[in-house]
Amino acid sequence: MRRSTRKLIDRSFSGLGVMSIVLMAAALLVILAPIFVRGLGAIFFRGTVEFRRMQLEQFERGSRAAVEEETAAAAAARAPVYRMLAEFEEELSAMAAEERRQYAGQLREVRELVTELLGPAPGTPAPVLPRDQYGQTRWDRARFKLDLLLQRTEYDYSDAARMGREVRVDRARDFAGTRLEPLFDYLRAHAREMLRPRLTAYLRFLTDAPLDSHFFGGIWPAILGTLYLTLGAMLFALPMGVISAVYLVEYAGQGRLISLLRTCVSTLAGVPSIVFALFGLAFFIHSLHVTPGKSIIAGSMTLAALILPTIIRASEEAIRAVPETYKEAALSLGAGKWRAVITVILPASLPGILTGTVISMGRAAGETAPIIFTAAVSVGKAVELFQARFWEALAQPTPALPWNIYNLATEHEAVDEIRHVQFGMVFVLVLLVLLLNAAAIALRARVARRLRG
Amino acid sequence: MSGEEHPSPARKRRKAPSGPASSEGLHGRRSSLLLSARASRMRRAAGLAGNGTLLLITSSSAIVVLFIFYFIFKDALPFFRLQGLGEFFTSTRWYPSSHPAEFGALAIFFGSALVTLGAIVVAVPLGVSAAVCLSDVLPFGMRQAIKPVIEILAAIPSVAYGFFALVVFAPLLQEGGGRIMALCTWLLGAPVAVLSTVILADLLAGRASPRARAGVRVVALAALGACWVLGLQILAARLGQIEVASGTNALNVSLILGIMALPTVVSVSEDALQAAGRELREGSYALGATRAETILRVVIPAAGSGILAAVILGVMRAIGETMVVWMASGNAAKIPVPWYNLLEPVRTLTATIAGDMGEADHVTGSARYHVLFAMALGLLTISFACNLASEWVLRRAQRKRGA
Repeated sequence: MRRSTRKLIDRSFSGLGVMSIVLMAAALLVILAPIFVRGLGAIFFRGTVEFRRMQLEQFERGSRAAVEEETAAAAAARAPVYRMLAEFEEELSAMAAEERRQYAGQLREVRELVTELLGPAPGTPAPVLPRDQYGQTRWDRARFKLDLLLQRTEYDYSDAARMGREVRVDRARDFAGTRLEPLFDYLRAHAREMLRPRLTAYLRFLTDAPLDSHFFGGIWPAILGTLYLTLGAMLFALPMGVISAVYLVEYAGQGRLISLLRTCVSTLAGVPSIVFALFGLAFFIHSLHVTPGKSIIAGSMTLAALILPTIIRASEEAIRAVPETYKEAALSLGAGKWRAVITVILPASLPGILTGTVISMGRAAGETAPIIFTAAVSVGKAVELFQARFWEALAQPTPALPWNIYNLATEHEAVDEIRHVQFGMVFVLVLLVLLLNAAAIALRARVARRLRG
Repeated sequence: MSGEEHPSPARKRRKAPSGPASSEGLHGRRSSLLLSARASRMRRAAGLAGNGTLLLITSSSAIVVLFIFYFIFKDALPFFRLQGLGEFFTSTRWYPSSHPAEFGALAIFFGSALVTLGAIVVAVPLGVSAAVCLSDVLPFGMRQAIKPVIEILAAIPSVAYGFFALVVFAPLLQEGGGRIMALCTWLLGAPVAVLSTVILADLLAGRASPRARAGVRVVALAALGACWVLGLQILAARLGQIEVASGTNALNVSLILGIMALPTVVSVSEDALQAAGRELREGSYALGATRAETILRVVIPAAGSGILAAVILGVMRAIGETMVVWMASGNAAKIPVPWYNLLEPVRTLTATIAGDMGEADHVTGSARYHVLFAMALGLLTISFACNLASEWVLRRAQRKRGA
């Protein structure tokens, strides 16, 4: 082979390697970007007058006078819409039966969409559910609904070989020549006056309780539940993990028992998370009867079993990284082994142990499968931990971010209506995990500096 | 540490055991350095007790493993007693709620295998080449900058991946699946095509006589390039024709699982490559090999078992993953037609356990409840076997290096 060819192969080999790393980084970016952008959209968005009315009536926030003034202005802009609908109804009653039947269905659709967009028409009794009491609270959703109102979708099946093609049809054309025809132009031109979008920072999204199964309100109970589950898991796993690591490094020999123990730790690390869920259900709940059903305590124990191997490994590594001379110095000063471990080795390895702990906290916070059967419920109040009966608080199930993300994204009755809440939850969870990891990375950098210096 | 601090704890320690000795009054002052038989016995007993306690706590993880196996097995056994083994492993008819119920899990096992295979096809080439690049190509500073990317990929919760797959990626795939696949064909195919064309043309030109060299090179470049372009164009056009019926399918899940398994593959195989040692590389360079030759012919064979372990760990990560497959695989318990058709929905073991437990009757312990434990037992067995295999492979590699 010629030298130039070999050089060429060498270069292209490096190029492929770099390309794979670029691809990896690109994958990360592609995944994180929509989560961050649309997740922030749950907090910062253009809120309509309906949003401010909802905040005032449901949460008693904002100034009553300002909201009432704005509502009145919006109502004035909306009045022609209802007038045109009423006029068309009159016109309809004068039509022939055939025509009337044709228009009636289309009119019902238009009326429903107007109600979804602007809220219940003035003069109608207030609906029971909060979700029906208001029009679109977010301008992006309002524009989407407006599109549905202006155009309807048909499917064209003329080409039998392919799937049906979507065709958008102007509704104005359906009502051409009637008194409803100008409605669509009016809606298009005056949507802003009717809904009055304004940039809103809904920071209380993080600390509000959800209202009407997450249609409105925030995600506080889920955040709190995640924190309790994570901290509970650490409470069980951290002491056990650190003690195990100390034993494995400082006390255990090389015997068969110890190698069996090590195999067990790595086996535990490899057990699929869903198996932990079944184990938690079968052992903690059905056999030990820790609590009669799902509970924070059972979920924490299950998560603790899951993160135990991670903590053991990280702590082992941290303890091994302590220079042998530290221990020898302690022993030469007359300290016993136990005292050397407590006063010298553990403090020296503490940052390393903390790094592992923080990373496994992130893991515990994000795990969904183990808490499905042991702790998580889809709807629940925020758990009040500091009440008279501490144990009872721990013995109740809780909403938690990972589970609620799954639940809202797949099982909610109106999945598409609350995308922003789902994205907000994913954003908060990912941010929480990334912050924990950033803390771990910073800690590790400090340790590295100290060991070097 | 300052010098003044040390004497005080040391003195305290010496005093403590001298208490009982001096009370016996036998050795007087010299006994402060000696231990009486009783104190020594007590000390040893305390040491043993402490050691025992530590061992007990340490074995808690072993106890958890045993309990997991015991409890999963205990609840899986009634299923096999009720339904036997045959149907579970050989039938594809999964109708747990009809009367009489049918529990053929073959399609579900197949779904798990298919998705895992897809993930490995994505993760292994990408992961191993990234690991090679990290350990041998990039300078140290760059490596430190890229490590966090891998860590973040590993840290993102599985439910966030699942949400991305379901809400962002699936609609994209459904809308323009064919076009995306055609684009990916070009994106991935073009660099490979260019490189292979140039290299092959160079090789052919090297064979030719010096006078004809330039001509041969041009002809070879043109011919090979035309072949590649034609091939890629045909493939891309074929793929572009495909209409994806549903975005929640095996392809979607395979890609996402592949990305999730990447960090494991990269970090384990990078460790293996690093462990291959500097002497090996320097020896190869000294013999005149280029970096690519060194890596391909010397370093990768030396680190082969470590890379194999990385692949096994990647398989474990993909097969045990629940949320992504539950949310984005479509959950249809049938074998795709043809079997490699990744565009059809599949159903995996983990998703079945997670999804059916809510409907299964916990209290009376029906076959529907126990079949899920049977599946968990299957999963547990697979991951245990993988784990043992990876440990064995790694230990063998260590022994080989040591020898």
